[in-house]
Amino acid sequence: MSAVLVSTTVNGDTVEFACPQDETLLDALRNRVGLTGVKEGCGTGDCGACSITLNGRLVCSCLVLGVEASGNSIETVEGMADGNKLHPLQEKFIEHAALQCGICTPGFLVAAKALLERKPNPTVEEIRYALAGNLCRCTGYDKIVRAVQAAAKEMRKKK
Amino acid sequence: MRFESPATSKEAVALLASEKGHAYILAGGTDLLVRMKMDLIEPDLIVDIKGIPAMQSINASSTGSRIGAAVSGAELGEHNKLKKLWPGVVEATNLIGSDQIQGRCTMVGNLCNASPAADAVPALIAAGAKAVIVGKNKRRTVAVEKIITGPGQTSLARDEVIEAITLPKRAPRSGDAYLRFIPRTEMDIAVVSAGINLTISRGIVTSARVALGAVAATPLLVPGAARAIIGTKLDDGALDKLAAACSRACKPIDDKRGTIEYRTRVAGVLARRAAKIAYQRAGGA
Repeated sequence: MSAVLVSTTVNGDTVEFACPQDETLLDALRNRVGLTGVKEGCGTGDCGACSITLNGRLVCSCLVLGVEASGNSIETVEGMADGNKLHPLQEKFIEHAALQCGICTPGFLVAAKALLERKPNPTVEEIRYALAGNLCRCTGYDKIVRAVQAAAKEMRKKK
Repeated sequence: MRFESPATSKEAVALLASEKGHAYILAGGTDLLVRMKMDLIEPDLIVDIKGIPAMQSINASSTGSRIGAAVSGAELGEHNKLKKLWPGVVEATNLIGSDQIQGRCTMVGNLCNASPAADAVPALIAAGAKAVIVGKNKRRTVAVEKIITGPGQTSLARDEVIEAITLPKRAPRSGDAYLRFIPRTEMDIAVVSAGINLTISRGIVTSARVALGAVAATPLLVPGAARAIIGTKLDDGALDKLAAACSRACKPIDDKRGTIEYRTRVAGVLARRAAKIAYQRAGGA
């Protein structure tokens, strides 16, 4: 199988990698670009651990082919912090202990960021629906929801 | 495996026609990549249709609407004009999967995946939607209820591709609705579902289409259920007849998600509730 050269933008940087044509974007990001914040949970679009945004749209990178990234723009959890300054969502996840094992956390952060960009002041119900595609087996979700609410409040203050 | 991203429907068809091995069309990939991952299929060729301009756009108007095959559920949900004209079609599509899935999944993909429980399909059938199919030598337009022939089976030839879905002219005082039953609130597959589309005049239903999902090998159009409410003000008697006609049309299976008895009964209940919503949306009291 021949690999093709994929040129794409990841977290604002131009990135090129050679990608077998049946490889998922999840595997390409982890193994070819070195972004291991993108996690493989189920590999079938049910758990959201591999969440990224593709041209601003929240998607599961396990359900995208690496070659599809060509010419498009990708954001991952690695692009959330501003240098050493954590994103408010990241800060609030730590403050509220919204994680235990941490496997689901990058996906939750990316999905929560996508939600807050669309809806700066979501209700608890809206947060739970928006994060229904992200599974966490440790926290029971409550702390995650509280962290997202707290981050939303913080981010509204800054605007 | 070879990946191709053609710029026109004709090129897509030519690629499919000339491939000797297993060729698959990729839109959102939310079913296709799962099947690849589970080793259910081993494609020799994947044709990505997302770069085809004719498949990327939504045109919504009361004189007729057209939705490209590569339009995602999320884009559909953000199109206020389409939502206003066909709320049932949009809400049915938006029920598929999570926000992540909505970012990629398409109505046409949902149709071509040909699940008996596909959420978008009963709403499309009720709406009188048609599929615009491009083939090697001709284009044809086919009613959506003629596409799925069995679980995972469609009437499309191997070198045919659906370019768009069209929705008919929208008469004033029309409304549609789609309801499904799942045991949780989100992220599940329909146990039973019902789509209703109707037009009223002075409170009386003048035309209607009723479709059911997950109660047979394919989504069903149920003309008898539509006849039960046409000419009525959707009073309790008419709703009883509607529910009975829906239950009669069911040919469900017993599985872990629901029994034959349960699905048969709930099909009528959902049709009743969806009809009331559609009636309200049409401006009926």
